[in-house]
Amino acid sequence: MPTITYILADSTERPLEVPTGQTVMEGSVRNNLPGIVAECGGGCSCATCHVYVDAAWAHAFTEANDEEAALVEFADGARAESRLACQLVVTEAADGARVTVAEN
Amino acid sequence: MTDVTRDSSTGARVVVVGAGHAGGTLAALLRQTGFAGSITVFGQEEHLPYHRPPLSKDFTDGQPVKWLRDPEFYTEQKISFLLGQKVVSIDRARKTVRSSLGEDHPYDHLVLATGATPRLLTLPGGDLRGVLTLRDLSDAQRLRSAIDTDGALAIIGGGFVGLEVASVARNRGTEVIVLEREARILARVASEQLSAIMTSLHRERGTQIRTDVEIAGLRGHNGAVVAVLLADGSEIACSSVLLGVGATPREELALHADILCDQGIVVDDAARTSDPAILAIGDVTRRPVPGTEGHRRLESIPSAVEQAQQAASTILGLPQIAPEVPWFWSDQFDLKLKIAGIVTPLSETTLRGDPTTGRFALFHHRDGVLSAVESSNSPAEFMAGRKYIAHHTPIAPSRLADAETSLRDCVLV
Repeated sequence: MPTITYILADSTERPLEVPTGQTVMEGSVRNNLPGIVAECGGGCSCATCHVYVDAAWAHAFTEANDEEAALVEFADGARAESRLACQLVVTEAADGARVTVAEN
Repeated sequence: MTDVTRDSSTGARVVVVGAGHAGGTLAALLRQTGFAGSITVFGQEEHLPYHRPPLSKDFTDGQPVKWLRDPEFYTEQKISFLLGQKVVSIDRARKTVRSSLGEDHPYDHLVLATGATPRLLTLPGGDLRGVLTLRDLSDAQRLRSAIDTDGALAIIGGGFVGLEVASVARNRGTEVIVLEREARILARVASEQLSAIMTSLHRERGTQIRTDVEIAGLRGHNGAVVAVLLADGSEIACSSVLLGVGATPREELALHADILCDQGIVVDDAARTSDPAILAIGDVTRRPVPGTEGHRRLESIPSAVEQAQQAASTILGLPQIAPEVPWFWSDQFDLKLKIAGIVTPLSETTLRGDPTTGRFALFHHRDGVLSAVESSNSPAEFMAGRKYIAHHTPIAPSRLADAETSLRDCVLV
């Protein structure tokens, strides 16, 4: 099972095993990590699952669609590495990926 | 009567009444923030918390129920659910609640998250078979089967729930008529401009919409509804009726315990009621809203989640998070509507985009400052609008009106 390392607001690192096919958001919610709220339950609606994907791991996930890109563009703390965790589907290629949870 | 005592050696005892989105979120947040005491959640339904918004959207369209968390999550997090049980009274002096099984449960913090119940119309024929409301999973299951097996669906009330169901029903080929008492659909919750756009969209997709309608009653045959009777003497034949005329807060427990209520349990911006040991969150509350006077009821997931965060901070003695601009979403046909802020009567409105394409945003502003944005398939406009509302950012409406002008260039610096 791929391991995703979540870097929380207080800089602690939480490596978690996330089953393939689940999203980075689901892995966080399942383990009750702080920071990823996911109000809409994964519908790419609320932008409350904002994360930064380390540049070295950007290729491990499919590219953002227009809707996601528009949502994160105006999210607080938006950066080039900004993604919505509900759109990051975990595959074997994501094993070892590092994502930093954005501050809400 | 049994006195159920719990191990309180590890911390305080939190009792949550209500296993909806607000109650379920609070329980998880407490553990997330390090709360080590006991957490007991009463749920009237037999189900663990689930996402309620899809009930009028994807679920009615045949998708499975979407749980808030897996059952194992609550076991691992040591969150106890008492499902199928109600709390029947609160003893504020002893700090206990009594369950429908006659057991007393002590609390240090009591959180009322009892939600709201669909408003019923006291109409002749209101208890006929086929007259439905939509609030919980069992309601949604009945509605789904009515849409798939029956003929025409009459929806009384043109609010968000009614229109979402109308969209799904039309997509599934069901004949739909929406009957609205006011002069326009979405009268209480959206601007006139958005009402007009949504009216056109629904009519194009084959939904009949009648406004300024007074309902006289429902007519049945063999105990099942067959028509809606209007005050002008006309009749609308149908096989089922959905009452979508709003919801009333389930505040009875608080009222009986002499906690301040005003059509909703009155709370402050830390989720506190008039009793310091009792908090209230979610649809049952009447709460302060940033940028507006007084208190309002905000029946939305973002409000429930925000109040769950407030309650967790209050229980743990942590600083409160900054208040959010209220917002909510609605899916109708292929439109993803997202609305932030409060549309005030004296504001001016600027349209960006083209409603006929389904991609547009209505910006409501006064003196160059936004108070609300109503967006459809326009996530950037929604996110930027919500941010500008929060920060009172001065904007140039004429630039907003031009969809080619970048949203950042609409800000006056």
